[in-house]
Amino acid sequence: MTTKKHRVLPGFGLSLGYSLVYLSLLVLIPLGGLIARSAQMSLAEFWAIATAERALAAYRVTFGCALLAAIVNAFFGLLVAWVLVRYDFWGKRFVDAFVDLPFALPTAVAGITLTTLYAANGWIGQYVEGVLGYKVAFAPPGIVVALIFIGIPFVVRTVQPVIEDIEPEVEEAAASLGATRAQTFVKVLLPTLFPALLTGFALSFSRAVGEYGSVIFIAGNMPMVSEITPLLIISKLEQYDVAGATVLAVVMLVISFVLLLGINLLQWWAANRHSGRHVDAGVQA
Amino acid sequence: MSAVRRVNSESRPVRWALLTLAFLFLFLFLGLPLLAVFAEALRQGFGPYAAALAEPDTLAAIRLTVVVALLVLPLNLVFGVAAAWAIAKFDFRGKSLLTTLIDLPFAVSPVVAGLLFILIFGRQGWFGPWLAEHDIKIIFALPGMIIATMFITVPYIARELIPLMQAQGKDEEEAAVSLGASGWQMFRRVSLPNIKWGLLYGVILANARAMGEFGAVSVVSGHVRGETNTLPLHVEILYNEYNSVGAFAAASVLGLLALVTLLAKTVVEWRMARETAMLNAELPPEKTDK
Amino acid sequence: MSIEVRNISKRFGNFVALDNISLEIPTGELVALLGPSGCGKTTLLRIIAGMESSDTGQVLFHGEEATHVHTRERRVGFVFQHYALFRHMTVFENVAFGLRVKPRAERPAEGEIRERVTRLLQLVQLDWLADRYPSQLSGGQRQRIALARALAVEPKVLLLDEPFGALDTQVRKELRRWLRRLHDEMHIASVFVTHDQEEALEVADRVVVMNKGRIEQLGTPDEVYSAPASPFVYRFLGNVNVFRNRVHGQWAEVDRAEQAGKDEALAFVRPHDIEIQRDASPGALSAGVLHVQAIGPLVRVEVEHQGEIFEVELTREQHQALALAAGETVWLRPRNLRVFQGDRMVSAQTFDLGAGI
Repeated sequence: MTTKKHRVLPGFGLSLGYSLVYLSLLVLIPLGGLIARSAQMSLAEFWAIATAERALAAYRVTFGCALLAAIVNAFFGLLVAWVLVRYDFWGKRFVDAFVDLPFALPTAVAGITLTTLYAANGWIGQYVEGVLGYKVAFAPPGIVVALIFIGIPFVVRTVQPVIEDIEPEVEEAAASLGATRAQTFVKVLLPTLFPALLTGFALSFSRAVGEYGSVIFIAGNMPMVSEITPLLIISKLEQYDVAGATVLAVVMLVISFVLLLGINLLQWWAANRHSGRHVDAGVQA
Repeated sequence: MSAVRRVNSESRPVRWALLTLAFLFLFLFLGLPLLAVFAEALRQGFGPYAAALAEPDTLAAIRLTVVVALLVLPLNLVFGVAAAWAIAKFDFRGKSLLTTLIDLPFAVSPVVAGLLFILIFGRQGWFGPWLAEHDIKIIFALPGMIIATMFITVPYIARELIPLMQAQGKDEEEAAVSLGASGWQMFRRVSLPNIKWGLLYGVILANARAMGEFGAVSVVSGHVRGETNTLPLHVEILYNEYNSVGAFAAASVLGLLALVTLLAKTVVEWRMARETAMLNAELPPEKTDK
Repeated sequence: MSIEVRNISKRFGNFVALDNISLEIPTGELVALLGPSGCGKTTLLRIIAGMESSDTGQVLFHGEEATHVHTRERRVGFVFQHYALFRHMTVFENVAFGLRVKPRAERPAEGEIRERVTRLLQLVQLDWLADRYPSQLSGGQRQRIALARALAVEPKVLLLDEPFGALDTQVRKELRRWLRRLHDEMHIASVFVTHDQEEALEVADRVVVMNKGRIEQLGTPDEVYSAPASPFVYRFLGNVNVFRNRVHGQWAEVDRAEQAGKDEALAFVRPHDIEIQRDASPGALSAGVLHVQAIGPLVRVEVEHQGEIFEVELTREQHQALALAAGETVWLRPRNLRVFQGDRMVSAQTFDLGAGI
């Protein structure tokens, strides 16, 4: 609703105008430019590049690993959030703050460190690879490990406030009606937490799909086997194949936007399901 | 201690199992990597570590990282405050669309973000020929790295401020205006003190991301040692040259940055929680006279 | 300084918040805007303050056009419903704010600011709280600081939005009396918004009863209570019994020609304006006593007439004289009665005690 005449508080035109110009120059026009560039080629050309064998393999690696990592994160993220809210232990505040490490640690640092840890002679790798014979670094499992690291805070920070908001009366009511603790968890708590858990899962997945820095060191980057889409975009750029890079970027962009839309819908749903309760999704990539 | 188990708690063995599992996970995936950064950096002792840090290229990379952050943060700070002011204090058509647009960079892969600016300023880009003609270098140079970092960190400050300013409402600002304050006086004396912790929180997060950004900057940087290498890019170069101590020494600086970030973030969160608690506290008992 | 509002209308989307409101408030008068939530009273107050702009109409201060004058220059003292104290400033700084933001040329010297703030804090009897922060104050203290802050700039009119809404009963009563005294000392026009009829009747010189964006009645507290201009005012200010023409013909009597209209004629009688008698008399309605309940100084009697329940209030003395018990049959007679058809008043009658209808 707009008022034709004056507004009491100053700065509306200035602040909105500045925001719009800034966003347009920095975000909208560049994104439009990417779409415009891809529109210069024919549909057949676009399709051929987008579905080339190496590209398809890259999508498979990217989305497969991201999905696996997001599933692991949904499970452990819920666990960590639960433990942080419900249990008292020494150093809890320290652990709570520490969960945000992946937000604060540059991805390149995470990349080289995880690689060193999981390499055949690394602290973890010497047992997993040396003893069990299972190769993590320089193979797809390494990508999953990096993506778990990157994504875990998303789930914890999304689920944690919802657990904090659960009123103890709900569980007491379930118990008074004869439910066991396990039944209470599955039938009462999990459905309450589900929207937040799904949102955290989607955020973690969305971040993992676009991730580059932490993955390239540990992945091994073998075309068709352990090459992620962002890396393929870069290698096309390095071969001066701007058109090819643009096509892959558009594909990733469309998928990201669909994910963003899905996440927004999820949050809307979660916020409206619990009437009036504010669900803070804590998106801070 | 009462013998009756609390209803809304798990049995002791289950509790211990869950705690152990959570700790094991956090240690393996977060604790061990952080330890490894410093362990690898100091693998050959303190001497080589200090020497690696004192490398001119490493120092140049640290300098460039700080320069980029110092240039990017004020711009995004002004944007964040402006956007939050418009969104939180006024009603207008398309407000939720604007809010979504601000979040957009979160959904874009850093590599794609870098590519966006190559398409505009690169040799084959829109302004490429014009820039080449006038001998202006944006891509593979500092301006490109700054623009890419700006893109990546656009949402951070705005996202912190919008919910905070919405929750505070506009009563205090209206009161200031009705008492005769000018726009600037109102903002500086009333609005700014109310959002200072949220602002600082956003700056801390944006700074961590700006200093640590790898993918987007990597695409638009020329990777010239000592010139267009930020610290994360320098880590990559050293690592790929099998200079493990050098790479991890540089990485340890970023690791320290992460620890400082976490500490500052926690302190600010604590301050903010204290302020909200103070505001939501029960009113003191009513006393109408002395 | 007087306030005048001429033909103000305001819509929010499809919702009509104010519908052609005109109002005049002379200097020295304390006026209450009274009405249920959503009646437009707060919107009107904000338009007078210049915090909201009207779609049409004018606001005049002291006869001068002020419609397009910015809030900053209107010199209104505005007290917000939730006080809107600056949470990061001490009580002293809150009150000093209006003085400190004055242009350099008009700004008083530091010593004078100090003196004026101290005086204001003494006026609201809270000078001992000068160094506290708003979060350390009780609701009533916050309210008084908000008022002191508004008065610091020597406003020409004082506007208060639900000034006592968030306080508990005891404090509210005390503050009401205090506001009244304060207003009388200031010689300015004051307007306050409230949804509490008791508050409006007790404090204000005149009451503006509002409903659905329109003024239902404007008058002294006594006028609006004892001579309500519409069924809404009757219902909003206190309890009322409604007698319907079709059922209780003789009470809500109107001309036949009038009765041909669509709306049924309704007679409104306050519970204390009904007399209970033991014996039948012309025009009296017979009723069965359902329930007798003593409430403080009054005794409330619930009576039933042809399936409808009415309330009668008696003084303790009247009740003792009558000695009513549930189950008895009695006769009701009105003392003061107004008949409405729709929103239009058809007749108003006052009857002498003991006289027949």
